[in-house]
Amino acid sequence: MPTFVYMTRCDGCGHCVDICPSDIMHIDPTYRRAYNIEPNMCWECYSCVKACPQNAIDVRGYADFAPLGHSVRVDRDERKGTIAWRIKFRDGTEKNFLSPITTKPWGTAIPKLADVPAPSKEMRDGQLLYNEPKYIRLDDGGLRTLEDAGLKLKKGVYY
Amino acid sequence: MAYDTIIEDGIDILVVGAGLGGTGAAWEARFWGQDKKIVIAEKANIDRSGAVAQGLYAINCYMGTRWGENNPEDHVRYARIDLMGLVREDLLFDMARHVDSTVHQFEEWGLPIMKNPETGHYLREGRWQIMIHGESYKPIVAEAAKKSADKVFNRICVTHLLMDESKPNRAAGAVGFNVRTGNYHVFKSKTVICGAGGASNIFKPRSTGEGAGRTWYAPWSSASAYGLMIDAGAKMTQMENRIVLARFKDGYGPVGAYFLHLKTYTQNGLGEEYESKWFPELQKMVGKEYLDPEASHLTHRPIPTCLRNHALISEVKAGRGPIHMVTMQAFQDPHLEEVGWENFLGMTVGQAVLWAATDVDPKNENPELTTSEPYVMGSHATCSGAWCSGPEDVSPSDYFWGYNRMTTVEGLFGAGDAVGGTPHAFSSGSFTEGRLAAKAACKYIDDGKAEGIVVSAAQIERRGKEIYKPLEHYRIYRNAVVAGSVNPHFINPQQGLDRLQKLMDEYCGGYTVGYMTNEKLLNICLKKLRIMEEDLENLAAQDIHELLRAWELKHRHRAAECVTQHTLYRKETRWPGYYYRGDAMKVDDANWHVLTVSRRDPETGGYTMEKAPCYHLVSDGE
Ligand SMILES: Cc1cc2nc3c(=O)[nH]c(=O)nc-3n(C[C@H](O)[C@H](O)[C@H](O)COP(=O)(O)OP(=O)(O)OC[C@H]3O[C@@H](n4cnc5c(N)ncnc54)[C@H](O)[C@@H]3O)c2cc1C
Ligand code: SF4
Ligand code: SF4
Repeated sequence: MPTFVYMTRCDGCGHCVDICPSDIMHIDPTYRRAYNIEPNMCWECYSCVKACPQNAIDVRGYADFAPLGHSVRVDRDERKGTIAWRIKFRDGTEKNFLSPITTKPWGTAIPKLADVPAPSKEMRDGQLLYNEPKYIRLDDGGLRTLEDAGLKLKKGVYY
Repeated sequence: MAYDTIIEDGIDILVVGAGLGGTGAAWEARFWGQDKKIVIAEKANIDRSGAVAQGLYAINCYMGTRWGENNPEDHVRYARIDLMGLVREDLLFDMARHVDSTVHQFEEWGLPIMKNPETGHYLREGRWQIMIHGESYKPIVAEAAKKSADKVFNRICVTHLLMDESKPNRAAGAVGFNVRTGNYHVFKSKTVICGAGGASNIFKPRSTGEGAGRTWYAPWSSASAYGLMIDAGAKMTQMENRIVLARFKDGYGPVGAYFLHLKTYTQNGLGEEYESKWFPELQKMVGKEYLDPEASHLTHRPIPTCLRNHALISEVKAGRGPIHMVTMQAFQDPHLEEVGWENFLGMTVGQAVLWAATDVDPKNENPELTTSEPYVMGSHATCSGAWCSGPEDVSPSDYFWGYNRMTTVEGLFGAGDAVGGTPHAFSSGSFTEGRLAAKAACKYIDDGKAEGIVVSAAQIERRGKEIYKPLEHYRIYRNAVVAGSVNPHFINPQQGLDRLQKLMDEYCGGYTVGYMTNEKLLNICLKKLRIMEEDLENLAAQDIHELLRAWELKHRHRAAECVTQHTLYRKETRWPGYYYRGDAMKVDDANWHVLTVSRRDPETGGYTMEKAPCYHLVSDGE
């Protein structure tokens, strides 16, 4: 495999095709459902698995070293801001994990830099980046220089 | 060809590849260039592309200057010793003094960063690493980039940079094709920031068949940053410094959180500590300056990553494998057990799949470690990439030609894996480098340096023909045989990749030869790579997806050639554990305490090699 698609669950929506970084989830022209066209270029990154609204995609470990009989399922919920994992071992052992994926509602926390006041000429000529030095220490203090560190350029050290 | 040509003109800043470096560039470019046209061309979908597609469990580069934890110069010292003396200290210092602001932004954007309940500081994994719940790291930085860019073109495989015809050695944009529609895309731009990532799959991977995709660095890290820049005539540095990683066997799960936070340790097949016993002999090879276990013990100075690999490789060769990671103690603590698992689920799910499939529960059994095949990249514990200008207030004159992170091709900037000499930048440092490059690119345009760029229709047409040639080749010759993949007129991309990996493995020091090579082998390697280049003219692609693989292969081939040239030129074993020159085993500081720099002439294909001074800007001592 390593990803594969359950025939009865997939409705051909194409979300997995849209997201796969390796360009290997394709829609089969006959069945109009998705499948992995190049398993040896799959990283098991789970991007497609997380994106599938039908939970139709699963992963079977690589045949050259992974025996059958296991599963690692995922449920990523953007609304709740969580990701849940269920690991089933070959021998039946089960482990469950839940983690946050963000602390802010999607699409709200990142400003548009086109709307912030334009930088001055001094800022352009200096070394600071957007929101610095404030963002470096989140209070005061400037950008570190070699002089701050009591250092001088050691020119000509050539071995 | 039946495909449309789509021209995007009047671009000020073109970001090629929107991984961590590219998203940083697009984001920051909007602040310094509020009136500028910023366009992204990305091979996959920006929401989940690049090395961070699955997420990360740690940010590996954070100073914590606001809490007095580290200063940028401390980081320079650390990266320098880890790379056995050879880094670009100006670039490193510059990245390190800005990186905290990047991380503070990430936190504001919603990236869950773990906190130390006692101090309220970010929870440290190690001196430089902080822990995050990073499954959505990439979607978060992608959102920032999308908010800044005028347009994002997903699914564009960029194949070549465009060059200005009015002034030699100046970039003028890029071309590529859409891997879904097949359309030919032309981006005419005043500047280009290349963030197209490092290289996996140049050397034969440890796994075969289906498992070939389970490499440590993403299989879509196609060396495009290097292929594009080398072909444009940019100077490259430290390309011999390929990296080999110690990882959990087969799954390639990273070991950082295990060593640093869970405090696990390694032992050989007999249950013994083995690392230290290899060090006395190794010290004779590399010198006390680079390996002084006693001093390291007293001052917490790290033992270089490559030397620790050397110990692992040597112990396995001596027949005392397998090497185990001792997890059974740490995993008895339920909290640490959770950290151990979530570390993989948020970053390398394949490792969890493997353990489930093989019934390895690290609580009851110590898992195996191994060393990976070599990778070529610029932002991990390694620093291959383009020779770039540093910032004006820090860089010595040999390292400074006007615009921060600009390569030796005018108007062409780099970020992340693309930039040479800046190891230990990782995700946060790559994003920071993108920001630095974007500011400099805006300045370059404002200074009037991008005036009068000319790109002729002939250049655009020539590149277009070149791009689609594999499809054309397939169409012409496919009926010469009945059926199947064996054809006397062509090879397909997978066959080409197999050949590249085999020859790099055997001649340039891959894992099957114990990472060992020498001058004779390297010369054979170059010869075979040259012949392979002729065959790449006969590469055949039966559809657009295979055309993508064809261009990934061409970029990998170009990067591989450059790696081989550098390895041949540096006549010493500077990084034992990454590779060995069997004919020059010792570190030779008298002749080789220098950075190696190459340039490939785009006209002739010939390489010029030079030594560049390695300036130590930061004094020793803590
Ligand atoms: C398993 C793993 C674990 C890691 N762990 C950590 C960690 O814990 N902490 C940490 O800080 N860092 C970690 N790193 C390192 C970090 O991911 C990299 O340092 C960083 O992503 C490099 O950024 P980049 O922008 O150079 O490359 P990438 O992020 O890989 O981006 C390259 C981009 O270019 C695009 N591209 C490639 N070719 C083309 C082309 N021809 N045309 C157009 N676009 C193209 C790709 O699709 C991609 O989007 C880890 C990496 C891996 C693989
Ligand atoms: S996302 Fe799921 S349902 Fe949609 S095409 Fe892919 S497998 Fe089918
Ligand atoms: S797991 Fe990742 S690489 Fe594999 S098919 Fe899904 S998205 Fe593509």
